[in-house]
Amino acid sequence: MSGKLLTGNSAAAWGARLARADYIPAFPITPQTEIIEDLAAWIDRGEMDARMVTLESEHSMITAAGSAASSGVRVFTATSSQGLLYGMEMIYTVAGWRTPFVMVNVSRGLASPITLESDHNDIMAARDSGFLQIHCATCQEIADSVLIAYRLAEHADVRVPAIVNLDGFYLSFTREPVDLPDASKAQAFVGDYDPENLQFRGNSPLSQAMAVLGGGPYSYFRYEAHLALQQALTVYDEVAEEFAGIFGRHYPMLDCYCMDDAEYVFVMIGSFSTKARDAVDGLRAAGWKTGLLRPRLFRPFPQTQIRALLQGRRAIAVIDQNISMGMGGVLHSEFAMALYAATGAPILASYIGGLGGRDISQQEFFAIADELRQAHESGVTPPPRMLYTDTELTEMRKLQAIAQAEHAEIHQP
Amino acid sequence: MSKQASVHFHRMKDMPSTHLLGTGTPMCAGCGGLETLHTLYDILGKKTVFVNAAGCMTLLSVYPFTPFRGGWLYTSMASAPAGAQGVRDAVDILLKKKKLPPEEDVEVVVITGDGSAYGMGMSATSGAMDRNLDFIYLCYDNEGYGNTGQQYSAATPHAALTSTSKGSHGYPGYKKDLFSIWAAHNPAYVATVIAAEPLDLAKKVEKLQTMTGPRMLLSLAPCPTGWDYDPELSVEIGRLAVQTGVWPLKEYIDGQVRHTKVPKQRKPVDEYLQLQGRFRHLFEPQRDATGIAEIQARVDSYWDKVDSQ
Repeated sequence: MSGKLLTGNSAAAWGARLARADYIPAFPITPQTEIIEDLAAWIDRGEMDARMVTLESEHSMITAAGSAASSGVRVFTATSSQGLLYGMEMIYTVAGWRTPFVMVNVSRGLASPITLESDHNDIMAARDSGFLQIHCATCQEIADSVLIAYRLAEHADVRVPAIVNLDGFYLSFTREPVDLPDASKAQAFVGDYDPENLQFRGNSPLSQAMAVLGGGPYSYFRYEAHLALQQALTVYDEVAEEFAGIFGRHYPMLDCYCMDDAEYVFVMIGSFSTKARDAVDGLRAAGWKTGLLRPRLFRPFPQTQIRALLQGRRAIAVIDQNISMGMGGVLHSEFAMALYAATGAPILASYIGGLGGRDISQQEFFAIADELRQAHESGVTPPPRMLYTDTELTEMRKLQAIAQAEHAEIHQP
Repeated sequence: MSKQASVHFHRMKDMPSTHLLGTGTPMCAGCGGLETLHTLYDILGKKTVFVNAAGCMTLLSVYPFTPFRGGWLYTSMASAPAGAQGVRDAVDILLKKKKLPPEEDVEVVVITGDGSAYGMGMSATSGAMDRNLDFIYLCYDNEGYGNTGQQYSAATPHAALTSTSKGSHGYPGYKKDLFSIWAAHNPAYVATVIAAEPLDLAKKVEKLQTMTGPRMLLSLAPCPTGWDYDPELSVEIGRLAVQTGVWPLKEYIDGQVRHTKVPKQRKPVDEYLQLQGRFRHLFEPQRDATGIAEIQARVDSYWDKVDSQ
């Protein structure tokens, strides 16, 4: 492979640099911080013509991102996990402002308990906000997706902010060879920021983000935003095709691996899907027709395309790296919706794994494939499963025993 | 923003004779906050972007109407100063890159109530001062969460009845000293103002226009609905707040606090309190001499320290 060895965080920073972001409101949080450190270093050295301001919180950071984009400049920002949730009021708010900008989220499990490693509950919390969501599986894809995200967000038919998501640690701190887009080609691809009607000027009055009275106008603006996101489905294909034409890398909204003749399909988003890819190779070597479907574009949700791709397959395992408490896997329920009442709908099984960076082993993928085959043969959908091994449970029991011993010692009379 | 003083305010006849802010807003009759905003806006002119935090004034701009001749951006309760940061930085970037001619420059003004300024928005306000943001900040302080029906806030004065302190002694806490908290950040300018003293207000606005950096205005905003008095008394109550010494008019520049209108002979606090329903329990059914004396003692103690400086 050619290219420069870059962490996922550096690749994200390069995306912002190549998109020539004018303004970067920032706030540090593990595992995202390296992004803003890289950008700050480039700005300090005069290698990037941008202004970076560290706000006092993510809530303020996202407000400043939205208000700057509303004032006519191209904005980049980045956060993670608790930071995304701290800023969540403004995530919804600035999406409603219809301000195009790009935010990278470096996924990390949410409190409680507090942890540093990756899963997708943070980004799922932004699911209904009105931000576009692009999910990455490699460092190369991160740099490229930031450029694609700007084109998509700023498109006249879309005009909403976008999140490019990458997994903490697995991508943020993992070096992979990245073929960085040529700066002038990237500039030509992304183009200049057209603020359209979003700009404050001394001599042209403008009110933005006003209140409305009543459900009529409120519903109108909410529907408009929803329709704009849906239009991004069409625009995405155009933009991805143009990107492929210039840079030679193809990023369909649904990334398919060995899907042509696959009878059994793993569905995953993010970098853990590369583990499923390995499992597909292993299972294919053993003669199993397995495949991997990885939605890259998660919002808007490519429902029709998913349905077309999965009709006629034998069984699907949706492996969610998130958990909706009291319901289960978010991706699973969305796939169930996409496949509901489809003719030739496959069996759809739900697995939850990879929470807080927990590995999903090849053996687990093989066991899932086996369960899919049995389900196909019996016609019975297996119950939802939360992946956890006996060894893990034994280790957990040891920790609990220590905790109990400590507690007993402290409370000795 | 290019800095220049437009007019000089010596007498009432120097004040602008017409208002820039349009009529027909949904603010209550007698709103002391709106009066402060009028004076501020009349002097600043229309090349302003008001960045608003959740509060009464959020209802000034309701789609598709706005009383403003310039810009308006509603943000949230906590982050209006951060909204101002984004607007200011973006406009500066565009000016620097010559994508915006200098005559299109704007003055960015945060407009927020005490609920935000004294509480939820304090972190963002502090952050904006840390970063030496070039902006104006106006808090219209009606001493409670007015837009939701006047629950007590960190700005509520001792003994005031609010909709969450309806007991016989009113609010047990004491009003937070936001002026000093702001001044501790050493911003370019901090001042207390009140619309009932328009010349003092105008002079302060004129002064802050010549400055760069955070310029903080804390306006007591007599509130007929929240304080329970007839709207026609707003100006009188405002003047009494100053004449009794309850609301000291002052400014902070370069580490120095200067009182701009010192009442020569302070009127007793009774005169201010008894006009307001929220303090009626201090006078009816019988006079609460102890309670009133405590309020008077706090005011006297403040001015004793001022006099000894």
